[in-house]
Amino acid sequence: MVRLITHNLLACHAKGCTTNNFPLQIKDAQLALREAEFNPDFLRGFIPRIEWAALVSAARQLGDESLPNEVPEMIDDDFLRGLHHVLLEIHIDEGAMVCPNCGHVYPISSGIPNMLLAEHEIG
Amino acid sequence: MSRPELIAPPEIYYGDTEAKKYTNNTRIQQIQAEMTYRALELLNLPPDEPAFLLDIGCGSGLSGEILDEEGYLWAGVDIAPSMLEVALEREVEGDLFLHDIGQGFGFRPGSFDGAISISVLQWLLNAETSHPTSSPPHRLNRFFTTLHAALRNPARAVLQFYPTSDDQVQLITQIAQRAGFGGGVVVDYPNSKKARKVFLVLYVGDGGAAQVPRGLENEEPNEAEGRVKFEKRREREKRREKSGKTKVRDRDWILKKKDLYRRRGKEDVPHDSKYTGRKRKAVF
Ligand SMILES: C[S@@+](CC[C@H](N)C(=O)[O-])C[C@H]1O[C@@H](n2cnc3c(N)ncnc32)[C@H](O)[C@@H]1O
Ligand SMILES: [Zn+2]
Repeated sequence: MVRLITHNLLACHAKGCTTNNFPLQIKDAQLALREAEFNPDFLRGFIPRIEWAALVSAARQLGDESLPNEVPEMIDDDFLRGLHHVLLEIHIDEGAMVCPNCGHVYPISSGIPNMLLAEHEIG
Repeated sequence: MSRPELIAPPEIYYGDTEAKKYTNNTRIQQIQAEMTYRALELLNLPPDEPAFLLDIGCGSGLSGEILDEEGYLWAGVDIAPSMLEVALEREVEGDLFLHDIGQGFGFRPGSFDGAISISVLQWLLNAETSHPTSSPPHRLNRFFTTLHAALRNPARAVLQFYPTSDDQVQLITQIAQRAGFGGGVVVDYPNSKKARKVFLVLYVGDGGAAQVPRGLENEEPNEAEGRVKFEKRREREKRREKSGKTKVRDRDWILKKKDLYRRRGKEDVPHDSKYTGRKRKAVF
């Protein structure tokens, strides 16, 4: 099951695709919402690793407008709960992730993205 | 018996039948669980900082279930669709990817706090086609270089595997070092034919400590030691409960989750029973 937490870490890894290869554009997404355990310590530790603009735009592509444009200076419980939902409770069950640079399509089926490359795309 | 990696490519070998057989075999479950706990021990993560881990060759989620229980968040990659399907059926919490680790990772720099891999690397030692990108050294190099980048500094990766020769261990270690990793090989129970286990313990930066840990020395993993390890785990859990950060799922939580799955129309959600949410038995 792919969620925005890993989408936010994933760039295209096709051969020679090294610039403008992040974030992958989410296409034709079918979503499922699944409750996950709220873990504020984890989230606090994870925030510095997030590419915030990419997360905001991915969430919007999925119809979730709840995130602020910038990480707030005061990180309170409300913010963490919203972030928790976006990162960990929205699952992309079907659809695709498309590289903005080379156009490679990574299809998602039953919640699992297919990251396999063809022989000529392997670095 | 011949080694699986010599019989067929992994995505073929671990087809529907074998994936189920593998996952339901209690002996396999126990061995993979033991190695997962040992790998976590060797990862030496800072206590009480919830980590985001990568499970390399996660298969059907035998390790993933332990990562869930221990309160880690994780992503898993595997090349065998049937294994991943079983992982989905078992409702592991991690994000799963169909991925050939020999093609390298696309994860951004510093994505993971650590990585584990249980019984996988030996699969990278066989070439499947004559294409230059399918030679074992090329694939190992892609794998280690991109893994190194995907880990934070400092961090560790612990990879248990089944080498057939010292040359293989050397080849793998060399390529890992060239990719920037420090660390080395830890051999548990080196004198036991049955219990001997090889772990590659790799460091990004200083890996959080300067020295490669020592292998376990006894002839066999004995009862007493199993108990000691379990004791430690229980203490950890107790501490967590006390600090109010319990990660052990209670019955209510599970029932709520099952209800959610049912409402989503998912089939095969197990019936609620008196076993739902029971304390799991010690794996040792
Ligand atoms: C013995 S199973 C171990 C599975 C799991 N780690 C466990 O402990 O139960 C080996 C796994 O490695 C996976 N594997 C083999 N070669 C791989 C590759 N090139 N990329 C990703 N996974 C691979 C197989 O599909 C299989 O699931
Ligand atoms: Zn690309």
